[in-house]
Amino acid sequence: MSAIPSTASEIAAAVTAKRITARAVIDDYLSRIDARESEIHAFNLVMAQDARAQADAIDADIAAGRPVGPLAGVPIAIKDNMCTHGVETTCSSKILEGWKPPYDATVITRLRTAGAVIIGKTNMDEFAMGSSTENSAFGSTRNPCDISRVPGGSSGGSAAAVAAGFSPVSLGSDTGGSIRQPAALCGVVGVKPTYGVVSRYGLVAYASSLDQIGPFATTVADAALLTEVIGGHDPMDSTSIPLASPSLLPSVSQGVAGMRIGRVTDLPAGAEPEVAARLDQAFAALEAAGATIVDITLPSLSYALTAYYLIAPAEASSNLARFDGVRFGLRVNAADTNSMYGATRAAGFGDEVKRRIMLGTYALSAGYYDAYYGKALKVRRLIAQDFERAYEQVDAILTPTSPVVAFKFGDKVDDPMSMYLCDIYTIPTNLAGHPAMSVPFGTGAHGLPVGIQVLAPALGEQAMFRVGGALEVAAGGAQ
Amino acid sequence: MSDSPLSSIVATEDQMLEGGWELIVGLEVHVELATRTKLFSGSPNRFGDEPNVNIDPVTLGLPGALPMLNRQAVELAMRIGVALNCTIQPCIFHRKNYFYPDMPKAYQISQYDIPLNIDGFLELPSGTTIGVERAHLEEDTGKSTHVGGATGRIHGSDYSLIDFNRAGVPLVEIVSRPDIRTSEHAREYVSELRAILEVIGASDAKMEEGSMRVDANVSVHKPGTPFGTRCEIKNVNSIRALGRAIDYEARRQIDVLDTGGVIRQETRHWDDAEGRTHTLRVKEDADDYRYFPEPDLVPVAPDDAWVQAVRDNLPMLPAARRSALSALTGYDTRSEAIIVVVERAQHDYVQAVADAGGDAVRALIYVQQAFADAGPTPAVPAKDLAALTILERDGKLSATQAKTVLSELVENGGGDAAAIAAAKGFEAMDNSAVEAMVDEAIAADPDAWAKYCAGEEKAAGAIVGRVMKASKGKADGKVVSAIMQSRRGS
Repeated sequence: MSAIPSTASEIAAAVTAKRITARAVIDDYLSRIDARESEIHAFNLVMAQDARAQADAIDADIAAGRPVGPLAGVPIAIKDNMCTHGVETTCSSKILEGWKPPYDATVITRLRTAGAVIIGKTNMDEFAMGSSTENSAFGSTRNPCDISRVPGGSSGGSAAAVAAGFSPVSLGSDTGGSIRQPAALCGVVGVKPTYGVVSRYGLVAYASSLDQIGPFATTVADAALLTEVIGGHDPMDSTSIPLASPSLLPSVSQGVAGMRIGRVTDLPAGAEPEVAARLDQAFAALEAAGATIVDITLPSLSYALTAYYLIAPAEASSNLARFDGVRFGLRVNAADTNSMYGATRAAGFGDEVKRRIMLGTYALSAGYYDAYYGKALKVRRLIAQDFERAYEQVDAILTPTSPVVAFKFGDKVDDPMSMYLCDIYTIPTNLAGHPAMSVPFGTGAHGLPVGIQVLAPALGEQAMFRVGGALEVAAGGAQ
Repeated sequence: MSDSPLSSIVATEDQMLEGGWELIVGLEVHVELATRTKLFSGSPNRFGDEPNVNIDPVTLGLPGALPMLNRQAVELAMRIGVALNCTIQPCIFHRKNYFYPDMPKAYQISQYDIPLNIDGFLELPSGTTIGVERAHLEEDTGKSTHVGGATGRIHGSDYSLIDFNRAGVPLVEIVSRPDIRTSEHAREYVSELRAILEVIGASDAKMEEGSMRVDANVSVHKPGTPFGTRCEIKNVNSIRALGRAIDYEARRQIDVLDTGGVIRQETRHWDDAEGRTHTLRVKEDADDYRYFPEPDLVPVAPDDAWVQAVRDNLPMLPAARRSALSALTGYDTRSEAIIVVVERAQHDYVQAVADAGGDAVRALIYVQQAFADAGPTPAVPAKDLAALTILERDGKLSATQAKTVLSELVENGGGDAAAIAAAKGFEAMDNSAVEAMVDEAIAADPDAWAKYCAGEEKAAGAIVGRVMKASKGKADGKVVSAIMQSRRGS
């Protein structure tokens, strides 16, 4: 089985050239899952039978000389908040247990068209609320780098699946860092594209104005390839930007010569010293590769976390109202309709979800709206303005992805504030709607992976991937 | 609806209610737009299908589904705005959050503080102008049927069935200012609004089928004092019921106030069979719908060219049609004949009869009287009706004879009026014969004649009746009147 390549681009090339079959690829990955999934618990559902059938169909297409897409035969794991036709989609919540969507999310359709083979649905913090995957109703996912530690979250299952070699690539969703933070903690590449580049149609909403789907991969090039495949305008999503998917692969190897890279001098403190040291090394590496480092300030950044924890829960309180036991998912019967709503939601939602629904309901209530939600929207505008000013001076910005490396189970789960602080460096870009990615860059405490975050202006994915590619090259040396 | 502390529009003396009370009414009218598909999805917008066939992930609010705005709905809503003299502005959608089983997402996508159409007005045929505060777009809910239990409502029912065909159907909510002072004006407003909506093709506006739903905010106060507490009346299913409900509710509120009671702000249900309203729910605290901007949709900013195109393509509105008919016939725009004919959209037909050389006044009256069920394009060719009006105008047929020929034309869907008249043996009587008959009638009923001469116009009926009987209806009533007037000397 050593003939099976480890990256998506190599797999697609080998399958398309008939050097290996898609079936052989999927069998190999399924065997890896068999070997270690009980230890990691990356998946809510492994779609072994369905995946083999998909792979056979790809092989049949190739045998018949029919054209196949750029991901022909590439196994991919999907976060369990993206709708897959006829396949259980749970958001790791009891309230959706057993629910089989009657339609595919747009990203799923695009993956299928590109020839990807969907291998399973990955575990996550319930409804994407969390930073450790401990909020899953179906049990935590373990970090493949150290199974006593969390993989990060909320897309912890998708990050762990790639880190454990269960699939070469996966999809996650990122509302405040839910792709980048687990990517950093698991030592893989994670990308949150510009808001509106990837369609949200079929993504079960957490906070609609912040949610964005993006890929996990072992290489920056694979992440670029995936972004190209899933990106581009979708008429089914009104917030989708009416542009074709950007060309990104060439940027990965373009280098950073002449680029201006921002160093945030007023970045909120809190990063572990080893993480801070890796960031300094990253700047040095980029400078050595021909970039100029420019000091910038982002004064509103210190308000980002507060604004996020008003806006995201406010939208969530409305988005999650549809889980009422009437049409789908869990229903707990009771004497009358209102009691049925209460009983269903009390039994179906976990603590963190309830906490955010209550926060959001409060923030939107008459008499409080202006003081909370209204003010948070103003902060959001200020943050966007800060970034705009910064991007007059720089092409991209570097920060740590997470202030800390992977932490132990139970360390933060009972202290919401310390858990929320995990996302202090990732949240601002969601509020601004900009693209960002996490690239593994050496290790920190306990030899655990550290991720460096690359930020770029709206639709600045090409600049972002140039920097990401350069960091990857430098990290190869740094490690 | 905004509560201005003092009313700017004051009822005229004859519009006041007894005891010096003034009625204040504002209307909220929901109309379903006549689009091909729903407001946010591609499912058909169609009434009367089997339950739950016009559904899709968006309609059902399935997890992950997203709304996609229907351009045709925006265009029809803009048409309404233009027809109601509104300002059309860049607008956004909001979510109105509340739980109800037939509300799939547990929020309704509606418009809140920045709606599409604002600050318009509607001029009633009787001449009063009623302000239109706003006309905004929103989605309809599904339809619940509560089975078992005494009331047909959700409380106490054994189970409920939900039909989501209607969920997501585009609605425009048209909110009037509290400018209505009589139940008659309220009826006139709805009737005129319905006529406008039909003419511009925005909605079929059928109150019976629920494609037009009217809620009335009713209060009473003494002029010069702030408005009274209002009650919202729901379940008003016809224009007639609207008038009755408002009259009942005003009476009820006055009775409460006159006996020292206070009006609670509440929603009341109109029971048409009982002819009364009763409490549906009390609004002790204002409902908190936690409105916030809909993040799944982007702002709608119709450009000038689009707005202008809507304006340019708007058909002639009922008011303009009434003016045109008035100019054609010399009748007042508020005359019943013109109002009725325009309501039936038969104005073009009257114009066609006039264009075919017919007498416009007679055409108008014929159409009013004989074409109630004929629709906008009666079967009788315009030229056939024109010929009949000329026969009558020229005195070739009496009014009574013309009416008989008209019935024949309607029955046969047209025909040669002269030939029909001839076949029936209708010949206009010459005036000397009529004069003789008038004199005979006067002689036969001297009392009536004396009263008529003393100025009692009603007494003419007896004389005219005798002449008509003697002439077997062939005498022209107008000729008879003229002869009588000349005999009387006035």
